[in-house]
Amino acid sequence: MAAEELKTGPLEYRTQEGQMTIMGFWIFLGAEVVLFATLFATYAVLFGRTADAPTPGELFEPGIVLVMTFLLLTSSFTCGLAIHEMRRGSVKGLILWMIITLALGLGFLGFEIFEFVHYTHEGATVQSAAFWSAFFILAGTHGLHVTLGVGWATLLLIQIKKRGLTNVTSRKFFIISLYWHFLDVIWIFIFTSVYLIGMVI
Amino acid sequence: MHITDILVTGEPIIYGAMVSMALVGLALLFILTYFKKWKWLWSEWLTTVDHKKIGVMYILSALLMLFRGGVDAMMMRVQLAFPDLGFLNSQHYNEIFTTHGTIMIIFMAMPFLIGLMNIIVPLQIGARDFAFPYLNALSFWSFFFGMALFNISFVIGGSPDAGWTSYTPLSGAAMSPGPGQNFYLMGLQLSGIGTLATGINLMVTILKMRAPSMKLFHMPIFTWSTLVTCFIIVFAFPILTVALALLTIDRVFGAQFFTLTGEGLPMMWANLFWMWGHPEVYIVILPAFGIFSEVIATFAKKRLFGYHVMVWSMIVIALLSFLVWVHHFFTMGAGAFVNSVFSVSTMLIAVPTGVKIFNWLATLYKSKIEFTVPMLWSLAFIPSFILGGVTGVMLGMAAADFQFHNSYFLIAHFHYVLIAGTVFACFAGLVFWYPKMFGHKMNERLGKWAFWLFFFGFHVCFFPQYFLGLDGMPRRLFITNVAEWLPLNVISTIGAFGMGLGFIVFVYNVYYSFRYSERETTGDSWNGNGRTLEWATTTPVPYYNFATVPYVDEIDPYIRMKEEGKTTFEEDKVKPIHMPSYTGQPFIMMALLGLASFGLVFEWMYVAVFGLIGAVFMMIRRSFDYDDGYYVPVEEIKRTEKKARGL
Repeated sequence: MAAEELKTGPLEYRTQEGQMTIMGFWIFLGAEVVLFATLFATYAVLFGRTADAPTPGELFEPGIVLVMTFLLLTSSFTCGLAIHEMRRGSVKGLILWMIITLALGLGFLGFEIFEFVHYTHEGATVQSAAFWSAFFILAGTHGLHVTLGVGWATLLLIQIKKRGLTNVTSRKFFIISLYWHFLDVIWIFIFTSVYLIGMVI
Repeated sequence: MHITDILVTGEPIIYGAMVSMALVGLALLFILTYFKKWKWLWSEWLTTVDHKKIGVMYILSALLMLFRGGVDAMMMRVQLAFPDLGFLNSQHYNEIFTTHGTIMIIFMAMPFLIGLMNIIVPLQIGARDFAFPYLNALSFWSFFFGMALFNISFVIGGSPDAGWTSYTPLSGAAMSPGPGQNFYLMGLQLSGIGTLATGINLMVTILKMRAPSMKLFHMPIFTWSTLVTCFIIVFAFPILTVALALLTIDRVFGAQFFTLTGEGLPMMWANLFWMWGHPEVYIVILPAFGIFSEVIATFAKKRLFGYHVMVWSMIVIALLSFLVWVHHFFTMGAGAFVNSVFSVSTMLIAVPTGVKIFNWLATLYKSKIEFTVPMLWSLAFIPSFILGGVTGVMLGMAAADFQFHNSYFLIAHFHYVLIAGTVFACFAGLVFWYPKMFGHKMNERLGKWAFWLFFFGFHVCFFPQYFLGLDGMPRRLFITNVAEWLPLNVISTIGAFGMGLGFIVFVYNVYYSFRYSERETTGDSWNGNGRTLEWATTTPVPYYNFATVPYVDEIDPYIRMKEEGKTTFEEDKVKPIHMPSYTGQPFIMMALLGLASFGLVFEWMYVAVFGLIGAVFMMIRRSFDYDDGYYVPVEEIKRTEKKARGL
């Protein structure tokens, strides 16, 4: 709880509180890795158990998933730019790139919702078979995380408007950038082990 | 919906429980109102972020749950000793062994240990509070409301009845309809969030807030055990979170993860549950090892033998704990090769555990032992725990397990490790650190009575169960009127009541000591035998813990501090201390999340959504909250310290 402040280094690391919060968030991300690993394992075990529902090979479409991947990967890049601007001390740059990040994230979510609705119309729902339960919960958990991230970052944008760049606001933005990159990494695993493999087999 | 559709009706025992719960509730309301304590309750306890107070609340809740779980146990024992009496019917028996198991592990053992960690770990490393005090309060209230939710199932909606392992497909919607199983899922989910948060919180606290110059290998062994435990928590609890969520989605939203229709796999549950459940065993035993190490070193008045080896053996145990989960279902058809692999990895755990046993014995060797109550619990632990450990190795042999599985031999084994390990440690730790919490010791004479009653009761209760198991008595069965089993069952029940008596004496001791025990004036309560930093500050501990934080570069730093006449109050070095402010937000946020969980239990979606929106609103409020705490002025610190130290 010491509130002494360092003079050098990135703003978010200058207080002990900032350092601790960032470290805590890294550990939390470790727990999130376990959470997603469990969902991936469940998906792998239930793979192919489609009962009477359509198979993934019949439904997965490369086009949509490629667009989604492109949107999310780009958003991770723009999120990096936002933090770069923050390190330069530019609130304007931070806000601009963060808004672009969120727009890309919303685009990703839009396509995901479209995709889910489409599958549902084709007869693949959470209820229809073990495989589809696993698919919707794995992809859906990722989607829910993205949704939360969008809401969270929006709140932070309001705060930075009000308070400017301080130890606390910079720490909050740094943490959401960690979160956002993490979601990107998870998506790469979903893209390869769910969609690519699902389309091949 | 009519009230009788929600309340459990038609059982005299439950009517009795309803009446007694209502009476206790009314009595509490009356006492709080009559003595005008509502404001005190809110501003001192419900809104607190002080780790010591939160720890006390954890321990109080855990003792309450020890009572509830103990009553469940005794009801089972009465049924088994008098099978013809018809005390419990089969449904009620199923519910009782389910709640007994769940409550004892999730709502008794873990919170008790987390409570002790809350109070002691910051003191042992010379910290002023947790890394995240607000999050700590949040953790407690999520545990508390999860516990409350699980417990009201007794009178509202009906208790879960699929065993504490909640195996699918039995626990699925098809075979266990109704709210009972949902109570299990939501109660554990809610409290699990809190446990995970505590794990992260303590890890950061230990890694980042140690006294100047205290290296990891200078830390007291209890703090080490906490750090290792938190590592297990962070990597095991998300698995439980997912497992519970998947089963909830199966039950409430009709998914097919564990069903027999839709090509789901019921065995998935067994795997997920035990991938969390086995490490969980070590979450409740490693802190216990830490407590015993502290107590034994203190009352043997020697440095803990093989400190480094003790630490490394805990780390090895933690890693191995993740690699053995299949030994919980050797008999479910995994095949000889898989069983062999998990059999060998299981037995490997005996090696580091054996190393620890020898280190404790070596610490005791040629030492001047002081037989205080915490020391008695610790000394009793060693042989009792070995009995449990050796039978554990027997169970670990896959081939032999086909004989022992689901028999009373297994019951005896895990009660031997969990009670002799965890419960003895909880008592030892509570008595040992009691003066740090309340400023007075517990009465030694009553403490010894409680110890001997509980200790003998424990062995009388569980030792015969090994033989019942070898005789073929299965667990989870409410009719046991086989003539050969009866004598041992009666003996076992007598032992159970002995333990109950020990618990009653223990609780009476709390009251007695509060009234009559001598108030402590020094921080070093155990005849000046304290070795670690928690004994260096005054008793009871001031809310900021340490006026000045000592410099630490060795194990057992307080020994040298005493020799050199140093204290944690160097008047010229006192600086203003930064402290967090109290807040009611964690309480409200988790109450709303509890409401949401309650809605989900009965599948009342509007209640669930309302609670969830409320909780999210509270989180948004928190995000906009820039309260940075306050500073304790130097004058106030000096005044407090001088008064406490009688200067």
